Amino acid sequence: MAKSIDVSDVNIYYGDFKAVEGVNMTIRARAVTAFIGPSGCGKSTFLRTLNRMHEVIPGARVEGKIAVSGQDLYDSAVDPVEVRRMVGMVFQRPNPFPTMSIYDNVLAGNRLNSRKLKRPDADDIVERSLRGANLWNEVKDRLNKPGMGLSGGQQQRLCIARAIAVEPQILLMDEPCSALDPISTAAIEDLIHDLKDRYTIVIVTHNMQQAARVSDDTGFFNLKAAGQPGHLVEFNPTKKMFTNPDNESTEAYISGRFG
Amino acid sequence: MSTTPQLEQAEPGEDLGSPGPRSSTSYGRGDRLFSGTALASGLTILVTLAAVFVFLLLKGFPGFSADPDVYGPSASNFWGYVGRLLFGTTLAAIIALVVAVPFSFALALFTSHYAPRRLAAPIAYVIDLLAAVPSVVFGLWGARTLAVTSQPVQRWLDAHLGFLPFFHGPVSATGRTILVAGIVLAIMCIPIITAISREVFKQTPRLHEEAALALGATRWEMVRYAVFPHSRSGMVAAVMLGLGRALGETMAVAMVMSSTPIVTLNLISSTNPATIASNIAANYKAEDNRIQTVLLATGLVLFLFTFLVNFAARYIAGRGERAQR
Amino acid sequence: MSTADLFETTTGSLRRRRAMTDRLVTGVIWAAFAATLVPLVWLLWVVVSKGLPSIDGNLLTHDMVQRLDPTTGKLQAGGGLEHALYGTLLVTLGAVAISVPIGLFTSIYLVEYGGRSRVARTITFLVDVMTGIPSIVAGLFGLALFTLIFGVGTRMGIMGSIALSLLMIPTVVRSAEEMMRLVPNDLREASYALGVPKWRTIVKVVIPTALGGIVTGVMLAISRVIGETAPLLVAVGAAEAVNRNLFDGRMMTLPVFIMTQYGTATPEGYDRAWAGALLLIAIVMVLNLTARLISLIFAPKTGR
Repeated sequence: MAKSIDVSDVNIYYGDFKAVEGVNMTIRARAVTAFIGPSGCGKSTFLRTLNRMHEVIPGARVEGKIAVSGQDLYDSAVDPVEVRRMVGMVFQRPNPFPTMSIYDNVLAGNRLNSRKLKRPDADDIVERSLRGANLWNEVKDRLNKPGMGLSGGQQQRLCIARAIAVEPQILLMDEPCSALDPISTAAIEDLIHDLKDRYTIVIVTHNMQQAARVSDDTGFFNLKAAGQPGHLVEFNPTKKMFTNPDNESTEAYISGRFG
Repeated sequence: MSTTPQLEQAEPGEDLGSPGPRSSTSYGRGDRLFSGTALASGLTILVTLAAVFVFLLLKGFPGFSADPDVYGPSASNFWGYVGRLLFGTTLAAIIALVVAVPFSFALALFTSHYAPRRLAAPIAYVIDLLAAVPSVVFGLWGARTLAVTSQPVQRWLDAHLGFLPFFHGPVSATGRTILVAGIVLAIMCIPIITAISREVFKQTPRLHEEAALALGATRWEMVRYAVFPHSRSGMVAAVMLGLGRALGETMAVAMVMSSTPIVTLNLISSTNPATIASNIAANYKAEDNRIQTVLLATGLVLFLFTFLVNFAARYIAGRGERAQR
Repeated sequence: MSTADLFETTTGSLRRRRAMTDRLVTGVIWAAFAATLVPLVWLLWVVVSKGLPSIDGNLLTHDMVQRLDPTTGKLQAGGGLEHALYGTLLVTLGAVAISVPIGLFTSIYLVEYGGRSRVARTITFLVDVMTGIPSIVAGLFGLALFTLIFGVGTRMGIMGSIALSLLMIPTVVRSAEEMMRLVPNDLREASYALGVPKWRTIVKVVIPTALGGIVTGVMLAISRVIGETAPLLVAVGAAEAVNRNLFDGRMMTLPVFIMTQYGTATPEGYDRAWAGALLLIAIVMVLNLTARLISLIFAPKTGR
């Protein structure tokens, strides 16, 4: 069910401004791929093109080809809504729906698309997704309480449960731990480990140790200069990246000799 | 809504804000329907405003050039007639502003800088309550209570300040004069001017205020040298919006004073200049179709006049905002 | 200590004057606040003390139609404002039915679709213009619109509803727009990322999250137009009897009732006018307080 992603010659724009240019990479199925790089280098922007969330911003557009199992996501016949059902996303800050209970939050993807669910099926999805997100034991007694009542780390795992409840093939995570404390972060990292058996995972992180801990492949993004578009400097297995990178600036960044 | 289908179809591609050209073709039916409805509603507002103008113009047009006798004893053509009404409208509004503006600014300062913090919100709410009192109740109170109670004051004004044209007398026996109407209007304007200038005062950067206080300024000096300069355009806009309200108010004026379209600066006599709005309310029942068209024409003039005032207010407020960026 | 003394002597008089000014201004501002309370308290007191004695069962259950009194054999008016209550209720409901959909969808357009496009900016500007329309002009518009179609002398409740919705729409648009902009973008993105189309995101996520504020805004808008007199006077006219049909002839409304009873210049008329004023103020206050209560109840959830 997990799928690989082929990216070729992708340029990303906000209006006239070119934010990212010339990205080529292959993201492997059932693996964790991490994007690292300084702030503003376009790694989050690039991540958002993988499920066509980028174009939600007015004036934003994408050139080039992003193919999942050979199907170009940006083909004019493809509905962006369908793409987002196939490619789930977890955001920087936990964002459960404030008007919904924990139960309804998990089912949001199904309910909002007005898929009719029988009660046992719905219960089943909720339990499976919450177990998948390592949250079941903590919330099973209060499924009807509002999702906003959970702690930050729990909220983020609720958001992961919500994302996997629609059974996507790919899961994108945009700095999922940046708003969390170390213990919650460890819980999410464990979860990422468990999830990669079933999903292709792409994660953006500012934390290099985290990239080293959770990912199989790593991409390093950087700016050529201030005001210039960001680009992909190096894309390699994480082990190689952190021991013997091909590129000098990668090494500089990883060893902390760079902004 | 039914008037706008063509416009609705012409727009989507370029103005829907979201997804680029690539996705607009593949966007779902539901989305197109929904965004179309939303746009159509917005355009309804445009069409409605245009309709207000067009209908008043269509129905009121003959009123611009009716027979001289329609314009009554005091005027012989439309512009003489509406000119006298505009005079009354402006006079009532000026009395209202002269009274309301100092109170409003003081009240706004009170809630933004002077009142104890815990009291500020409830006090602001009490002032908002003033805005919630319906104008007909203000009119009733003004005519039946304030006019009667203020008679001694009006007599005193005549006796001691009678040398001024405003208080020349003879004093109205009922107390129902344009002075009272103006004061009622002032009470109705105070909540508007206060609410807007309070927001403006509150937006003074804390840093400016603290810088002034750190230099040893007293609270009043801080207000004078940090808050007022920062808020000038907002204060002007607040006054203009209050003016817009005073110009268009009908019932309070119509109920407080009986009036005729005349020009006089005398504020306390029994013959009072009429305002456009009160004149419409007083004469709308006229069976004569020609009078109806004249009233519609004066309504159109009032619409354009308040539009200009509001437009100027928004422009000044907008300029202030741009200057601060 | 010596430097403090020096400071005191050289600038003492100036400092005292500055402090005096400060205290004076503070006093003036407190006095202005107290002075503003006077008309408010005075007005409320007069309305309650003059209106309360006249409010009874007869007032609420009778209209003003002249009927033959069986005991005296004379024609006697009903002496109540039942017809005005019906009229106000129906005309206001009509205005709500017109202005809430238009206002809500307009704000959806402005927040979710319009962006900074020229159409959106034009609509925002026109909503501002609409805020400043004098209420009597709104009434004249209702009158002109219908007399153009149905001929001179046409009066209907729905004409008043249209006139009132002209005054209500800008308030509804403004408050709904503000509330929907307060909904964090994160929630929209979370919904899009789950593969939910934009319109469903608006209906199921944005509007429910902003609902408390939107309802509050609508209630405040109602409380503002329910006391409007001039447009109803011009467009709906006055009537003596209960009329429950918005599309058939004149209707009495509470504000116009107050106005006409005042116009009779009789003691009974004044009593009824004060009673009507008290009822009207009570309705407006209840609407106002309910609106604020709703916003308080919903506030913690939306203001994350």
